[in-house]
Amino acid sequence: MSDTGRSDVIARARLFAETELAPRAAEFDRDEFLPQDVITKMAANGFLGASIPTAWGGLGLDPLEYGELTEAIGKACASTRALLTVHTSIVAGTLLDLASKRLKGKYLAALARGEKIGCFALSEEGAGSDAASVATSYIRKGDSFVLNGRKKWISFAGVADLFLVLASDNGVPSAFMVERDMPGVRTRPMSGFLGNRATHIAEVEFDDVEVPAENLIAGVGAGFGFVVNTALLHGRYSIAWAGVALAQAALEEMCSYATRREQFGVKIGTQQLVQKMVADTVTNVAAARELCRSAGRSLARRDADAATETIIAKYFSSTIAQRATSDAVQVLGGNGCWSGYPAERLFREAKILEIIEGTSQLQQILIADVGYKKFARKA
Amino acid sequence: MRDEVVANMADVMVADAAAKIRGYLRENMTAFQDVELDDEDNIFERGYFTSLFAMQLLHYVESTFDIEVPDDYIILQNFSSVRRLADMVGELKASAGE
Ligand SMILES: Cc1cc2nc3c(=O)[nH]c(=O)nc-3n(C[C@H](O)[C@H](O)[C@H](O)COP(=O)(O)OP(=O)(O)OC[C@H]3O[C@@H](n4cnc5c(N)ncnc54)[C@H](O)[C@@H]3O)c2cc1C
Repeated sequence: MSDTGRSDVIARARLFAETELAPRAAEFDRDEFLPQDVITKMAANGFLGASIPTAWGGLGLDPLEYGELTEAIGKACASTRALLTVHTSIVAGTLLDLASKRLKGKYLAALARGEKIGCFALSEEGAGSDAASVATSYIRKGDSFVLNGRKKWISFAGVADLFLVLASDNGVPSAFMVERDMPGVRTRPMSGFLGNRATHIAEVEFDDVEVPAENLIAGVGAGFGFVVNTALLHGRYSIAWAGVALAQAALEEMCSYATRREQFGVKIGTQQLVQKMVADTVTNVAAARELCRSAGRSLARRDADAATETIIAKYFSSTIAQRATSDAVQVLGGNGCWSGYPAERLFREAKILEIIEGTSQLQQILIADVGYKKFARKA
Repeated sequence: MRDEVVANMADVMVADAAAKIRGYLRENMTAFQDVELDDEDNIFERGYFTSLFAMQLLHYVESTFDIEVPDDYIILQNFSSVRRLADMVGELKASAGE
């Protein structure tokens, strides 16, 4: 696609977000339900294959352009953005990087066109941050693998056709593409979440599910070191931009409100203590966006440092999103605490970013390790 | 004779790759790993790196040696020591006709 074609995509995404998503985001959140028409329109616009090369039926956006698209969608509706994170970034992105040609042929084009929806089934009751401890098992049986176990908190599992599943055979982790229609796959919806409420989160059960050997992603044993890390790299890049999106939305809310609301006979935005919150948010959003762009450029070059830059961007961006949305609630006062304004929803959504795709504490551990490697003077 | 020259060139290539990989691994070992890295050491089993580092290594070998590691080579074993990494690079370079 030409440069103009690609910038048209982003303009189209912004328009779609403003006209179709923003006016309905509160309703999706309240109803804990993302309607099928939204998913269908995301697919029809090509957004569900935005970062996938055109050869596989996607739009072929580079990481920077895809980041901008993620921001546009995420600013309007965090649950719709989560579909991009899970389906496009994690599932399609991981297949693109690591799957065999045969497996790509089987699923990638259908995912890019949004004909099939994918989700990422890693977490379990006993395996959250310690993802390598998954108890879901697989064993080889002739030309197939048999999976047993239960996954929890799986975004879009309620509507997905395909599950990227991590399982272990006595400590040897491998990843598989599992179809909803395979006998033994069951999902059970979960509700009552703080944010991402419209993301069809579900538990997934695998009961003697027989998966053809060709559905193995990369090699046996590649499940954690390669597949999960690739999936999390793409997921974290998406979450980094999701943080920028929420912080930008919070910034617009607080600035609009502070320039209109009067107390003590003056606009509240003229108060220096309010200005501090606005100034910090402007600064933090600009810094987070630059970290995301820098990670995007590294990803585009496939730099060995891309993973580190992405972790830093994700950590910073989700931290400042939490701060910015909290300050937006503060600037809006009582209205900030009421669902008649978007601030409270942004605040709830931002907290989720500090938990998913590796909690902030896990990012801090990884970043500190980078610090020691890079900056400890060698004796 | 020609075969021998080609074979020698391949050895030089693998040795060169090993040196680069060794340097990269040393650079990336944390400040808490004050050990000598042997070419045969299994870097994951010895705890010098966690498997989190595997993907960074994949990106490193692909970008440094201008190769694409095919999906059936993507197993931890091929990335587990300087020797295995260098052999894999040599093999992939050779099969790409370089
Ligand atoms: C809205 C939502 C959507 C999700 N979607 C998906 C999905 O699509 N697919 C999927 O597989 N999972 C999904 N998850 C699960 C998510 O990935 C996990 O919740 C996350 O990995 C954290 O795991 P945990 O909840 O078990 O927390 P725990 O790992 O139990 O962590 C609890 C606390 O302990 C801290 N902690 C843990 N270990 C350490 C340590 N070593 N050092 C310091 N602090 C530590 C954590 O930082 C955290 O603060 C989703 C979760 C949510 C909330």
